[in-house]
Formats: sequence, C-alpha cells, structure tokens
Amino acid sequence: MSASTQLSPSSTEGGSTPSANTLSLGGTLPKPMPPATLAAIVVLGAGTLYALDAWSLPMLAVITIVGYMVAITTASAFYENGRKAKDRLVTAVVYTCFALAMVPLVSVLWTVLSSGLVRLDGYFLQVSMNGVTPSMDAGGAYHAIVGTLMITGFAAVVSIPIGLLTAVYLVEYGRGRLKQAITFFVDVMTGIPSIVAGLFVVALWIMLFGPGKTNGAAGAIALSVLMIPVVVRSCEEMLRLVPNELREASYALGVPKWLTIVKVVLPTAIAGITTGIMLALARVIGETAPLILTAGSSAVAINWNLFEGQMMSLPVFIYSQVRMGGAINYERAWAAALTLIIVVMLLFFAARMISRLFAPKLGR
Amino acid sequence: MAKRIDVSGLHVYYGDFLAVEDVSMTIEPRSVTAFIGSSGCGKSTFLRTLNRMHEVTPGARVQGKVMLDDQDVYGPEVDPVAVRREVGMVFQRPNPFPTMSIYDNVIAGSKLNNQRMSKAVADETVENALRGANLWEEVKDRLNKPGAGLSGGQQQRLCIARAIAVEPSVLLMDEPCSALDPISTLAIEDLISKLKENYTIVIVTHNMQQAARVSDVTAFFNLAGTGKPGKLIEMGETNRIFTNPEKKETENYITGRFG
Repeated sequence: MSASTQLSPSSTEGGSTPSANTLSLGGTLPKPMPPATLAAIVVLGAGTLYALDAWSLPMLAVITIVGYMVAITTASAFYENGRKAKDRLVTAVVYTCFALAMVPLVSVLWTVLSSGLVRLDGYFLQVSMNGVTPSMDAGGAYHAIVGTLMITGFAAVVSIPIGLLTAVYLVEYGRGRLKQAITFFVDVMTGIPSIVAGLFVVALWIMLFGPGKTNGAAGAIALSVLMIPVVVRSCEEMLRLVPNELREASYALGVPKWLTIVKVVLPTAIAGITTGIMLALARVIGETAPLILTAGSSAVAINWNLFEGQMMSLPVFIYSQVRMGGAINYERAWAAALTLIIVVMLLFFAARMISRLFAPKLGR
Repeated sequence: MAKRIDVSGLHVYYGDFLAVEDVSMTIEPRSVTAFIGSSGCGKSTFLRTLNRMHEVTPGARVQGKVMLDDQDVYGPEVDPVAVRREVGMVFQRPNPFPTMSIYDNVIAGSKLNNQRMSKAVADETVENALRGANLWEEVKDRLNKPGAGLSGGQQQRLCIARAIAVEPSVLLMDEPCSALDPISTLAIEDLISKLKENYTIVIVTHNMQQAARVSDVTAFFNLAGTGKPGKLIEMGETNRIFTNPEKKETENYITGRFG
C-alpha cells in the first residue's frame, strides 16, 4: 500500500521530465550536443578531404555517418549510461536508413524536374509530333497525353467494376472451393509480367480481328489484365476491414443483404477502395512494354479513337524518344516523364478529394 | 403493437454442433424478459434465433418452432428480412453507421431500404424515436453531426432509437450495457422500463442486478457440461427466481456459488 502511494508521484514526475529520472546512473548530454557533433564532424570531414585533395560527396557522407555514430555513442557511454548510448546509436542508425531511403526519391524528382522543365511548356502540352522530324525543334506530347488518358481510362472502366465486384463476391458471398480458386488465380495474376499480358492481348486480337489490327483498346485490355488483380486484392482488404457489427446492424433493421453491401459496406470502405484503385491505376499508367506491343510505338498524330489505328502513350513516347538518341529527343523524353508524374499526382489528388468527400466522419 | 413470442422445442445447431437444446418458452407482450447465465451457454445464440439473425453465421440452423403471435417465424414462405423488421435488435457494442449523421442513423431503417419519406414525416420519426430513446434533448441541436461522435452511452441510445424508428413489435437486446459506464447503464435501464409499455423486450445480460432491476421475467440458461449444449434451466417471475429458485443450479448461479 505505502509502496504504491510512494511510487505513483515519482513515476508521473519521471514521465514529464525524463532527465530527472533518479534511476539513471549518469548525467544527460545537453540538448544541442548531437546536432553540434554532427556539424563538427561534417566540417572536419570536409576539411580533411579537401586538404587531401580527395573531395567526394559520398565519401563525406560515409565519414559523417560513421564518425557521428562513434562519437555520439562514445560520448553517451562516457557521460550517460549504456542504455542511453545504445538508444543514441540506434537513433543514428534509424535516421541514416531514412536518409538512404530518401536519396533515390529526391534524386529522381530532382533529375526529372531539372531536365523536364527545359521543354515542358504550354506548346509541348498542346501539339503532337505530326509532321515533325525527330531532330526538329518542335513538336510535343499532346498525342501521347491523349493516348495515356484514353487507354488508362478505358482500362479503368473495364477493371474497376470487375475488380470491385470480384472483391465483393470474395468477402460477402464466396465460400469453399470457388472462393479459394478465385483467390489463387488473382494471386497468380498479380505476378504476371506485363510483357506477357501484352503478348496475350496481341494473340487475342489476332484471333478475333486478324493480324495487324491492334489498337488503343488492345492496350487498354492489356493494362486491365494487369490492373484487375491489384484492384481485387486492395478492395478485398478494405472490405474485410468493415466491422461485421455494421452489417449486423443493417440486417437487424430489416435491410436485405445486397442493399447492406451497397449502402453500408461500400460507403464505409470507400476511402480505402479509392486509394487502392488509384494505386492500381498508378501501377499501370507507367507500363510501357504491353503498350508497345499493342497500341504501337510509331503513332505521331492525335488519335481520339480507341478502336482504330495506333495510339501513342506517355511511357512509349519516352521510350521511342530515347531510342532516337538526339539531344532534343532526350529533352522531349524528360518533359514527357515530368508530364507523366504530374498526371499521376493529379490522379492521387483527385482520389484524396473523393475519399475525403465520402469517408466516415468521426468529428463532433 | 407488442407481440407475444411462443417458442417450442427449439434446437440450434452450428454445423453438426448442437449449441442450444430443446428450449420452450412463452414471452409475454409489454414485459421485459431477461436471459441470464454464464458465458457460452447459448443465451445470445438463442436470442438471435428469435429474429433469424443467426442465419448470418454460416452453418447455423434451427429445429423447432418460433411463433410471433400467430405467425410462424420459420414458416416456408417467411422472408427473414421481414421478420427482422418486426423484431428489432440492439447489440452489445454500440454500432451507429459511421458514414451517416445522427439524423440519418435514426431513419436508417427506411433510408437503407430506399423508402421514400417526406421531410416532415422523417423529421417527426426522428424526433419521436430520439425522444423514445431519451436522447432528443442531448442531440437536437446537432442532428447533422456524425453519429460516431457521440459518447458510448449516447451511441447505444442512438442505436435503440434506430431500432424503434422502424416500429418493431419486439426489441431484442444483446447485453446492451456491457460496454457502458454505470451512468449510461442507468439511462438505458430507465429507457427499457419506459419502452416496455409499447414493446415486448428481451434482454440478455451478465449483470444479475440489472436483470433484477429491469425485468419482469427471468430465464436462466446453463451448459449441461463442457462441450455439451446449452439449456433453459428455469424460467419464472424475476422476484421468485432471485428469492426462491426451484432448481439447485439456478440458486448456485445467482448466489455466486457457481461451479
């Protein structure tokens, strides 16, 4: 009894000011110490490398990381205690990993931005490559933007209903063998290489319409082969997250099962479902291989018709421009890459808006 | 409006497993009947067979007869959805629909069934149901706020309002207070005593004081043994069950000398 009354005030004190922990054996390093150490090591390392005439940024990074870990751990072990030294070391390791993960991301964004902005302007977005020779200082990606939007749009129109309804079947109705079989094949489909999907559609089109008849729609079908399994899996996870109590509440009000799914389950999961669909779209919007096989890689004019003739898309545009190899082609490729990233970001932004609009509201 | 429930020779199975064995009872209209008994003795399972909610669980089935006045709940031409409109249910954990406002939650029964309702009728239904659930004064100024923003006790009363808004004749409550604090519990118990003027109420509870406070009739369920089906041991007026039970098992349970 007395022990507990003594313990409670000291433990709350310890919670508010960790430095006043009476159990710690050593002191505490002053707060500005870690950043100061880091800065000192950066300056020292840079100076040494400069003096030795061996300047390189990666080398400086390695020296800084190793040096900081050694310095802070030693200092902490000396002034604080073993437990805190370990804490500081692991903190340093975690931050390092975070920084390493950010390096490629930032680097890609920076490269695309700096190289893409050279040519990305209103003109580039508004003209096609029709009548432009590869080395001419003219032309743009309008036909590729139209193609990408048409093809992925059609792929989405095909895949979203199929994928979502499959997920509804798996979660709400499916039982036994059939459910297992569908789950298995969806898993297998997730692993199909995109070029195989392209080949499959080429073969299908030859069978249905004869050789050389591939078009934008063929590209869209190839993309939906890739997209459907991703939509099924993500929607399935989201539908499983809807608490069973909500379904029961709805049944108990005398609401039939299909209305319960349409009006309770789907609205509750809508935020996750839109995010999942957007991820699936983002996965296929950058696909190149199946589109080269199906929608073609030589279209230069704007084509609004999915069912007639070749259709350019942004990834294929990038690919074919890089293949041409001139300086101006590289500029076009980078500008198209930046355009593609912007399109994807706009999609994600739209998805956020949609899910915010429908998401369950928890505020007061 | 309240209806009598007549159960005779009811067995409940989960697949091949017999969960509840041979229950017969009569539940009087305009009364509160409490089911007590240890966990897993089948009282919730039995409760769910009264509005065919057990059919939601794969493999669950019943044998026997349940009559709602003169209508056979398990008759071949009876739609379980129609039964559930007649026999409402309130669950253990408050479960308002998170996508809906308080207002929409109350009229969810009509809204989810795509029934058209004029604004005036809807307003009146909402106010009556919320007054009936003793929640009107607390929420009348924020009917358009989400139902999930209320406190646990308020949410449970919202669920009761939602259940009575479809005007059932029977209200089943599956441990409606087990997730609530004593004050909210008191509010719900007051509400139950008020609701019994118009409805037949069946309540499952783990709290014997609660059964003693709110119910007119108490039914005691118990397992015949581990792995054996649950059974109705004794049923009678609450006063008598708690003061002078006929069976030894009932006495052991209510005096806490169980097992």
